[in-house]
Amino acid sequence: MAGYKPVAIQTYPILGEKITQDTLYWNNYKTPVQIKEFGAVSKVDFSPQPPYNYAVTASSRIHIYGRYSQEPIKTFSRFKDTAYCATFRQDGRLLVAGSEDGGVQLFDISGRAPLRQFEGHTKAVHTVDFTADKYHVVSGADDYTVKLWDIPNSKEILTFKEHSDYVRCGCASKLNPDLFITGSYDHTVKMFDARTNTSVLSVEHGQPVESVLLFPSGGLLVSAGGRYVKVWDMLKGGQLLVSLKNHHKTVTCLCLSSSGQRLLSGSLDRKVKVYSTTAYKVVHSFDYAASILSLALAHEDETIVVGMTNGILSVKHRKSEAKKESLPRRRRPAYRTFIKGKNYMKQRDDILINRPAKKHLELYDRDLKHFRISKALDRVLDPTCTIKTPEITVSIIKELNRRGVLANALAGRDEKEISHVLNFLIRHLSQPRFAPVLINAAEIIIDIYLPVIGQSPVVDKKFLLLQGLVEKEIDYQRELLETLGMMDMLFATMRRKEGTSVLEHTSDGFPENKKIES
Amino acid sequence: MVEEENIRVVRCGGSELNFRRAVFSADSKYIFCVSGDFVKVYSTVTEECVHILHGHRNLVTGIQLNPNNHLQLYSSSLDGTIKLWDYIDGILIKTFTVGCKLHALFTVAQAEDSVFAIVNKEKPDIFQLVSVKLPKSSSQEVEAKELSFVLDYINQSPKCIAFGNEGVYVAAVREFYLSVYFFKKKTTSRFTLSSSRNKKHAKNNFTCVACHPTEDCIASGHMDGKIRLWRNFYDDKKYTYTCLHWHHDMVMDLAFSVTGTSLLSGGRESVLVEWRDATEKNKEFLPRLGATIEHISVSPAGDLFCTSHSDNKIIIIHRNLEASAVIQGLVKDRSIFTGLMIDPRTKALVLNGKPGHLQFYSLQSDKQLYNLDIIQQEYINDYGLIQIELTKAAFGCFGNWLATVEQRQEKETELELQMKLWMYNKKTQGFILNTKINMPHEDCITALCFCNAEKSEQPTLVTASKDGYFKVWILTDDSDIYKKAVGWTCDFVGSYHKYQATNCCFSEDGSLLAVSFEEIVTIWDSITWELKCTFCQRAGKIRHLCFGRLTCSKYLLGATENGILCCWNLLSCALEWNAKLNVRVMEPDPNSENIAAISQSSVGSDLFVFKPSEPRPLYIQKGISREEVQWGVFVPRDVPESFTSEAYQWLNRSQFYFLTKSQSLLTFSTKSPEEKLTPTSKQLLAEESLPTTPFYFILGKHRQLQDEKLNETLENELVQLPLTENIPAVSELLHTPAHVLPSAAFLCSMFVNSLLLSKETKSAKEIPEDVDMEEEKESEDSDEENDFIEKVQDTNNTGLGEDIIHQLSKSEEKELRKFRKIDYSWIAAL
Repeated sequence: MAGYKPVAIQTYPILGEKITQDTLYWNNYKTPVQIKEFGAVSKVDFSPQPPYNYAVTASSRIHIYGRYSQEPIKTFSRFKDTAYCATFRQDGRLLVAGSEDGGVQLFDISGRAPLRQFEGHTKAVHTVDFTADKYHVVSGADDYTVKLWDIPNSKEILTFKEHSDYVRCGCASKLNPDLFITGSYDHTVKMFDARTNTSVLSVEHGQPVESVLLFPSGGLLVSAGGRYVKVWDMLKGGQLLVSLKNHHKTVTCLCLSSSGQRLLSGSLDRKVKVYSTTAYKVVHSFDYAASILSLALAHEDETIVVGMTNGILSVKHRKSEAKKESLPRRRRPAYRTFIKGKNYMKQRDDILINRPAKKHLELYDRDLKHFRISKALDRVLDPTCTIKTPEITVSIIKELNRRGVLANALAGRDEKEISHVLNFLIRHLSQPRFAPVLINAAEIIIDIYLPVIGQSPVVDKKFLLLQGLVEKEIDYQRELLETLGMMDMLFATMRRKEGTSVLEHTSDGFPENKKIES
Repeated sequence: MVEEENIRVVRCGGSELNFRRAVFSADSKYIFCVSGDFVKVYSTVTEECVHILHGHRNLVTGIQLNPNNHLQLYSSSLDGTIKLWDYIDGILIKTFTVGCKLHALFTVAQAEDSVFAIVNKEKPDIFQLVSVKLPKSSSQEVEAKELSFVLDYINQSPKCIAFGNEGVYVAAVREFYLSVYFFKKKTTSRFTLSSSRNKKHAKNNFTCVACHPTEDCIASGHMDGKIRLWRNFYDDKKYTYTCLHWHHDMVMDLAFSVTGTSLLSGGRESVLVEWRDATEKNKEFLPRLGATIEHISVSPAGDLFCTSHSDNKIIIIHRNLEASAVIQGLVKDRSIFTGLMIDPRTKALVLNGKPGHLQFYSLQSDKQLYNLDIIQQEYINDYGLIQIELTKAAFGCFGNWLATVEQRQEKETELELQMKLWMYNKKTQGFILNTKINMPHEDCITALCFCNAEKSEQPTLVTASKDGYFKVWILTDDSDIYKKAVGWTCDFVGSYHKYQATNCCFSEDGSLLAVSFEEIVTIWDSITWELKCTFCQRAGKIRHLCFGRLTCSKYLLGATENGILCCWNLLSCALEWNAKLNVRVMEPDPNSENIAAISQSSVGSDLFVFKPSEPRPLYIQKGISREEVQWGVFVPRDVPESFTSEAYQWLNRSQFYFLTKSQSLLTFSTKSPEEKLTPTSKQLLAEESLPTTPFYFILGKHRQLQDEKLNETLENELVQLPLTENIPAVSELLHTPAHVLPSAAFLCSMFVNSLLLSKETKSAKEIPEDVDMEEEKESEDSDEENDFIEKVQDTNNTGLGEDIIHQLSKSEEKELRKFRKIDYSWIAAL
């Protein structure tokens, strides 16, 4: 009637992090490469064009690294003071950076000396960006102003003085050449339009804004400041969509994954969190050694670069896809065998009979189906199975016990085979989830092989090991019980006290009770 | 309307189908099997029961096709009669009264007017095979007292007798010997297994025997799993036998195929083995049939086999060893741990079924709906194996959730326990496993209950266990951004002085939970899980616990092992009343305040129905069963009954079913068994016997009614039968070819009008004599005008309707006319 039912393999809950497609994706990076910079890494920016070099701003230098190079392939070091926010243009050929002395400098990637210098800010320029038309640069500075510069004649076009505190972050829209956004320590994020010379939108973040990010579509704005990451809907006039509080220190940097499906935020609490941009839930989190100041993702999430306060740049590359083509492929049936009969149209009187789906059985199941019990046990006692999936081995032992044939399956083994079994027992006997099944198996083995003990030194050694293990476990359990007893006693005395205090309270009133507490 | 009768205990449904070998009809369209006092006729294709042949007054013990007329069936019964049936129409043709208990029946084609039966005449355990001569007589009741003795000291089971080679000899086995009786020579040869005394072969008793249909060859099955093929048994000295051995346990039954080329055998392994050419090499298997094979039979046409199983199932197997149909009754193979439950959705009875399954059994149609595989593991049917048992199950939240507990305990300390929670999926119309909890408790779970309050926002489940704890499980949201999911988690663990928790029960509104800890009942608030109060009566461990319902919801009932039934008032927290009653089963009625309790005494079981507010029972029925009643359940009725008598009012809205220790399912009913016949089987009966013509659908119903016995309500319709049939407008409409008919819209009003009774007939009530005249005239008219319809009736050779009309006395006719007035006045008023 019904087909063979495969053995139910006991599944155990995996403690800690759940395995999801996100954890798999974000864990699929190689061990990080650490590069020491001269000071805190304040900005990392990837070139949008191949070969996807990235610019690292640290102290008074800007280093450009190649994708796999550990040494900078280029350095811009002609800053008198700390440089800030080295940013690539969309074509990857120009680089702009602000500096502590209030200057904004534009570099050609191939050159060394600055192409243009925009003078006008009186204080440190912490944020610069190219507008979408590539011919203008936006800068924000500690003198509370935001300026728009023209690249060809290096002139200031507009100045916005709407912020009332340092302007520390900003970004230009990727679609509209006239729109850009700045965030300031006055807790506001403002959107400016170059055509109107005033801000068109202002949202209140609530904390000094450390980083802002516009979604590629321009519809959503993300701002980070304090412990919060807030998402604003620009199309609804800056309505707060969601407020995320997942860090326990200031969030310093934001970044979108290349697909736009995930948002990453780095914080001084040394964590990078990955959010889903549909549900705004944390789906993954990375830990780093120091407080994070800057964060960037390469094209296709190939590389994660994180800059930290201790001047360490951590670069993680994605693991290359496993090579599948290594094995010589078996000859498959021709394509036409698969499409055979597929285009046959069902006639009116035809009755469609589905071929019964063939159930795939594991090899041990196939053995059990044919009552080859010893063979099934051999199969799951194979080291590849016992190390990787001990629960399968235990489930099969349990199933054999249920069928009442465990003793038969364990009997009649030679030295090598019995040592396999004993190895497995020694390794897993003390695990509480396997213990009930394995203790039973161990008893059966001892019963069977008691008469032949002493004939093989290898097996004897294993038996002694097992004995030691059991004794250790018994000692351990006894200790645990003692601890439990002590704890019980403590709890009992605590409860007694509580009870008396309540009694006092009811009988004598409030002051008495206070006395007992003190 | 229902006449007050005495409530009787009625066996309902789920009778054994596997008591004797099933028999195929000659064309393999039907299969017959004995089922208690009835013979059931099933279709081999649709698995549907087409007829129930009832007439025997005791257990039916044997059925055989009439070798002279393959449309007839003989059946024998413990009531001492052999009955001959026309199985296509389901009619009893003849009854032969033999006069002594018949234990089995055999027919042989060569012995024309006699059949063979197993009887025990003198001593209770000595059985004889006798030949019964069936006298030819036209009357329905015939005495058949002419018995001639064939074999003595035989086994009671018909499996141990076989007629061979066209009735030349009969083989019988018993314990360690095989005896063969030759009819021609009238001699018996007896063969004893040579090694039967030998200790090594101590288990080779005979269990069954089969004879080759054409050759002189006897196959015998043995206790140790061997099959022996005996040849040359004409000679006491030169006989030989060969051995076939595959079964590792007792061979339960053997059967040769029609041509004799292959031998079928089955046993506890639940594997049907086909031995080709009687050799050990050529064998085919049909494994995993679910339960021990009890009987094997082969259709006379040779295209089908069937196996009867110990779990009350018949599997029809195609010749190429492919199961083609399953006829499944109520599974009664094993002990019932889960008790009786009602699935709130299908209203089906739910209890332990096949090993590891829950069966859903429809009480209305006496048919298993489906099996739900709970344990989901390969079932090895072997003696002495400790299986995983499904011990507890409960439905919750109006059938949306099902909780099941399975356990396996090999030794005291080694307990495997698993709780599974199943969610009902509307799309697939079935239960899907949602949560699996390993070792929910440290010890056996004693009780399981859902909070079934209507307004509860969160499904809640409580389990009580012998480890001294009760646990509250709640449904929590387990969804993340990848998928939506719900799962069950433990919310609260409660205990009371380390006593074993024995029962748990939610109040009707779900606000209180009662948990009994051995002798003590504790009441917990279901929101804060605070202990509210405790009740203790020092009257033994609490066996059952339930809250009152509706107006009696302030009462809590507890039955203890010392035979005390206590009722506590939850408002005053005091004992309201108690009674000395050794309660075995206590079940609240979901539709009323009533509670049914079944008590156990040395004589038998008694039923008490009471309301918790009053210690005096509403209804008492003594001696409902000789054995211990294990489980009971109230099943809500689809259509409420209207018993007016106070004592029977408790049966109005629900029906009470109970299961005894020998696993017979019983209920209370006032109806006679004929009335209980389900309408579907009647319909099938008509459909089988009438040819399908266009008029069949119009006439079929009337004809079916004519076939019924004189029954008041039916007579009523019978009388006005001619009325509808001989209206000229109708007959014209039906006889005119379609292409000359005017449009349907034109005809409609005429047609409808013609069906209505005219005012004239209505006014006729003042002068009854005249109506009589008219009536007769009308019926005469019908003879002349509507002979086509008459013809149809004639061909079906019933004519009963006519007879009935003529047989009616005047006074009866008056009665009937009154009925007609009542029934049809409303149509005229339309």
